[in-house]
Amino acid sequence: MSEAVRVQEKPPQPLSTARAGQTVRVVRIDAGRGLNSRLASMGLVASAELKVVSNGHPGPFVLIVKDAKVVLGRGVAQKILVR
Amino acid sequence: MKSITVALAGNPNSGKTSVFNMLTGARQHVGNYPGVTVEKKEGQCTHRDWRITFVDLPGTYSLTAYSTEELIARNYIQEDRPDVVVDVVDASNLERNLYLATQIMEMDVPMVLAFNMSDLARRRGLEFDLTQLSQLLEMPIVPTVGNKGQGRTELLDAIVETAGAERKERTHRVTYGGEIEDELLRIEETLGKTDGDVVARYGRRWLAIKLLEQDEEVTSKIRDRQVLEAVGQSVTHLRDILGDEPEIVMADRRYGFISGACQETIQSSVERRHDVSDTIDAVVTNRILGLPIFLLLMYVVFFLTFKVGSYPMEWLEAFFGALADGIVRHWPEGHAEWLQSLLVDGVIGGVGGVLVFLPNILLLFMAIALLEDSGYMARAAFVMDRIMHKIGLHGKSFIPMLIGFGCSVPAIMATRILENRRSRLTTIMVIPLMSCGARLTIYALFIPAFFPQHWQGPMLWLIYLIGIVLGIVAAKLLRLTVFRGETTPFVMELPPYRMPTSKGVLVHTWQRGWLYIRKAGTVILALSIVLWFAMNFPKPPADRLSGLDTQEARQEGLRYSTVGRVGLAVEPVLQPLGFDWKIGTALIGSVAAKELFVSQLGIIYAVESPDEDSPSLREQLRANYTPLVGFCVMLFCLISAPCVATVAMTRQETNSWRWALFQFFGLTGLAYAVTLVVYQVGRIWL
Repeated sequence: MSEAVRVQEKPPQPLSTARAGQTVRVVRIDAGRGLNSRLASMGLVASAELKVVSNGHPGPFVLIVKDAKVVLGRGVAQKILVR
Repeated sequence: MKSITVALAGNPNSGKTSVFNMLTGARQHVGNYPGVTVEKKEGQCTHRDWRITFVDLPGTYSLTAYSTEELIARNYIQEDRPDVVVDVVDASNLERNLYLATQIMEMDVPMVLAFNMSDLARRRGLEFDLTQLSQLLEMPIVPTVGNKGQGRTELLDAIVETAGAERKERTHRVTYGGEIEDELLRIEETLGKTDGDVVARYGRRWLAIKLLEQDEEVTSKIRDRQVLEAVGQSVTHLRDILGDEPEIVMADRRYGFISGACQETIQSSVERRHDVSDTIDAVVTNRILGLPIFLLLMYVVFFLTFKVGSYPMEWLEAFFGALADGIVRHWPEGHAEWLQSLLVDGVIGGVGGVLVFLPNILLLFMAIALLEDSGYMARAAFVMDRIMHKIGLHGKSFIPMLIGFGCSVPAIMATRILENRRSRLTTIMVIPLMSCGARLTIYALFIPAFFPQHWQGPMLWLIYLIGIVLGIVAAKLLRLTVFRGETTPFVMELPPYRMPTSKGVLVHTWQRGWLYIRKAGTVILALSIVLWFAMNFPKPPADRLSGLDTQEARQEGLRYSTVGRVGLAVEPVLQPLGFDWKIGTALIGSVAAKELFVSQLGIIYAVESPDEDSPSLREQLRANYTPLVGFCVMLFCLISAPCVATVAMTRQETNSWRWALFQFFGLTGLAYAVTLVVYQVGRIWL
């Protein structure tokens, strides 16, 4: 993992800025403990790979994580930092 | 014959319900977990010489203390200690599903893994080495296809074998890495000294893990200060060296364990590709098409429930009518006439009046089961969430509220589709503000009595609109006060679309229908009898009735009865609203059922065969009240006290009289306040 970090120099961006069709990797989740554990239980943990299905400006956000389709509110998508 | 209890755990959408149905057939008992609004399903089956009781735990992704459902599932496993826990996993989404499994493993209960929808997973190009995976997880794994009934015998065999087997210490378990393991060990050591009963009950390692995760519920069980101090130190230390909360790193490690196990045992021959589900989603969750499609489907549900359902409803009405007629006709003349009236007006009128809705209920829940089992319900929540979120409710709340326009009783039952307790309670509380079909009879009587033709349509529309606006305001207020709490951030799985099976849909429908019948036979029956007595007793003395005709005698009887007396007594309270004792009496009677308001007024005004089309009753109303009072009556009927059936249903679904009474008095108070303002302001204006 440390190698991947070195290769990718770009600073992490909020997931909400990702475009449909993009595949990204979670760097960090800046959320409270409750939301954090809820996201973790659905497979959204650091280093998880996400595929953005649709970025529904201004509505919810659809992505695929560990073979499951998951919807996030925009507020949640802003708290997930990806690269 | 040996008896064992088996708990069924699993992710939502893992097909847990279909496995439960497959194991138990239709012999299920639906209730609630004590003190909460979460549904508890139990079922039985016998296999070889074992009698097995299955308990269907709430579907969860994890076992933390952050949600009621997860706490219930966890506490059931810890406190009730089932003989075996069957974890139902969706084989085509194994890694995520096994996250729950790792947490159940840590609770040290005998486990069996039901490898569900294995046919689908294979078709998607996944190959499993179940023998090796079973060795790694140290539990039997049985491939099942719940909705096709495949794997039942094998699963039952594995269950009884596991229940009968001797317990062995686990050799493989999730290891959390050097630093965390050190701290876990430290906490385990301090745990040994005191809190012996807690340790004996929950196990040392599990307690240590939960304490390090700063699980509030487990932490509150520990009385020993030394332990709590040690935990505090460990958490601070780990935070320093890991740069993150320990629980987050621990979640990572669990996934690490899982992906290790999966790497060795799963081979995927194809990449996940654009499938049918994605194509359907592109249409039904489309930004422009999503809402119209949802509204169209809701219209179909509504049409099915109230239009198609109206035919069998008419047959049932005819049946109860014939039953009442039969009793009247064959009743021995002059014998115990009060008993005849109790049977005909009280029991058949009350219970029959509720049971005639059974076809609607069955159709409605069939439609909901279809929407849920197909996977569309999650999309509906997604589409509606943007709007519902603004009033602090979940996207799915829209469905029960819509059903409320037909009848509050099935609407309240339909709130079971909401997982979040606060959202569910808020929705239940405001459902009666969605003007139901029974209240339409009141408007149908009043509007033509007071308003000219061209105002009648807009008037009806206005009444409904007031209900909706009040519902939105009340929901928002409740979420800010009584049911305050973070609107759970919107995170939801969109399960793949599946073809609903007829068996699943029928089981679902029947369970709800049976619940409804039971309610009608118990609480509603009792309340109907009580109200009948209040409306008929005490009887006026004979000399008061002398010289009166039948209509006048009925009028005098009602005035003399408990309800009539209460109506008279509350007149001073109702006067500021513009109501007299006659309206008061009719209002009290309408608590039994809203449409009774019309027949009560008819009795009071001594009108023959009163109904909403009765011209003479309308004339009486016009002669006695102003249009403003007429409007205020409709307003009060719209908002005030829900009928007894609604109260009974709220009591059942919230599992507490407190919420039922809160709803009853809260809405009545709201009705009083709103009507008071409208009448007093209106009087100045008009």
